[in-house]
Amino acid sequence: MTTHACPKCGTMNPAGAAYCNLCQEPFVHKGVSSFAGASPGTEASARPPLRSFAMLPFNEAAAGNVRMSRLLFLLLFAAFFALGGIIGKAYGSVGLGLALALILYAILAATAWFSGSSIVLSLHDAREADPEKHRQLLNVVEEMKIAAGLPMPKVYVMETDGMNAFAAGRKPDEAVIAVTTGLLTRLNREELQGVVGHEMAHVKSRDTLYNICAAVLVGAIALLADMFLRDTFFRGRGRSQGGGGGRGNVAFLLLGIVFALLAPLAARILQMSISRQREYHADAAGAEFTRNPLGLASALEKISRGGAGVPGENRGTQHLFIVNPLQAFTALDSALMSTHPPTELRIQRLRAMAGASGPA
Amino acid sequence: MYWIPGIVAVAVVAWFVGTYNRLVRLRNQLTNAWHQIDVQLKRRYDLIPNLVEVVKDYMSYEQETLARVIEARGAAIGAKGTAAQAKAENMLTESLKSLFAVVENYPELKANQNVASLQEELTGTENKISFARQYYNDSVMTYNNTIQSIPSNVIASVFDFRPSEYFEAGEEVKTVPKADLR
Repeated sequence: MTTHACPKCGTMNPAGAAYCNLCQEPFVHKGVSSFAGASPGTEASARPPLRSFAMLPFNEAAAGNVRMSRLLFLLLFAAFFALGGIIGKAYGSVGLGLALALILYAILAATAWFSGSSIVLSLHDAREADPEKHRQLLNVVEEMKIAAGLPMPKVYVMETDGMNAFAAGRKPDEAVIAVTTGLLTRLNREELQGVVGHEMAHVKSRDTLYNICAAVLVGAIALLADMFLRDTFFRGRGRSQGGGGGRGNVAFLLLGIVFALLAPLAARILQMSISRQREYHADAAGAEFTRNPLGLASALEKISRGGAGVPGENRGTQHLFIVNPLQAFTALDSALMSTHPPTELRIQRLRAMAGASGPA
Repeated sequence: MYWIPGIVAVAVVAWFVGTYNRLVRLRNQLTNAWHQIDVQLKRRYDLIPNLVEVVKDYMSYEQETLARVIEARGAAIGAKGTAAQAKAENMLTESLKSLFAVVENYPELKANQNVASLQEELTGTENKISFARQYYNDSVMTYNNTIQSIPSNVIASVFDFRPSEYFEAGEEVKTVPKADLR
């Protein structure tokens, strides 16, 4: 059995392939060498380094993004309970604050968990894809689910000229993927495949679940901070005159106020940051499925030129889409509060994956 | 201090069970991925008679091209052994390619809704075949990496998990689907 590692990107290719499966680099055939199955040490000098799948360029990118977003998520989680603890301390008991935070989180999380993706779908006026009319879309989704090794998701279509797509669902076997008709009419098959590959990557890495959890945490932090501030300013004064608070808690009361003012903002920033990392990750992982980063790059280019509006667009679901439907992010925008990385940067990264010299 | 060996023993057993189960899961994933390829190949066999039925009336002068497709399909279905089958599948792909090249010369055929949708179906199936192969190869790589790397290789060798082979296709198969059938 012979295989051939691409000299440019290291991808394994069948011996005798005319060009690299991943980066389309043409092969010069005399370089083909046989190494699969050989024990370490045999013909070691002759064979090119065998790079495992996990070491492909887009996999490195993907792993980095996953680690980063996990870290950010932990930070968000820590911030939430720190806020709960400080507020509790201000009232006299850390345990009480933590318990309150936990209960609040449980309620919000349960709501988000059981409401499912049906809300998002009806919000954006998505209808189930027609097996006749949307044959190509269904084929492309099936191609990508095969490449990703996932069950077939439900496919929905949103009737609009805007070009956009999103994925939702808590886990792969209840996933949905929705695209706009504008996307279907204006993208060619390869570009559509890139977009669907990106969405399939969101499904596979469970970004949809991640999004729910992050949104719940941010909501809970805002709610907790709000409750505390109201209580402090409207009711707290009367009570402190009555001397109920106790002196030791004044410092924590102040700390609590500062924290309650800053935490919601910080949480938003963290959430946006997670969202951006996940977008980069899905771009990279989607390219891993299609083996064709340029398809998505060209789709993103068309979308950024053609407009990404969808029916029912709103701030609550903007982060779900492949390109933010409300605002276009450019490299000049403040990075802190964007749900998506600048589209030009995403295109650049995809082109870099395909090899800098690849066709534009 | 008697509990220390106990904890170590529990940890070792947990690792052992976990690793063994992971190997089994990966091996089953591999088998499943292999069957996925067959499913798609079969779907292509099923689509071809429909296509031939639709185009044959228009293409009275191209009976030879049609005959080649039918013949290649028969050969692919009948092929025994992986190498022979890969070769037959390549022939089939090639013959379909030339059929669609001929279709380009018949404006009525190109405008025909049935032909267009069959063409999309075949493009989709060609893509699904190659993605199924890609997924199979990715699964082989994960599986082989796991059974060959330390420490899971210990369990792999004890329970005789053998490295699996990659699916290899000729260059014709790799280059076909995208260019012509769009």
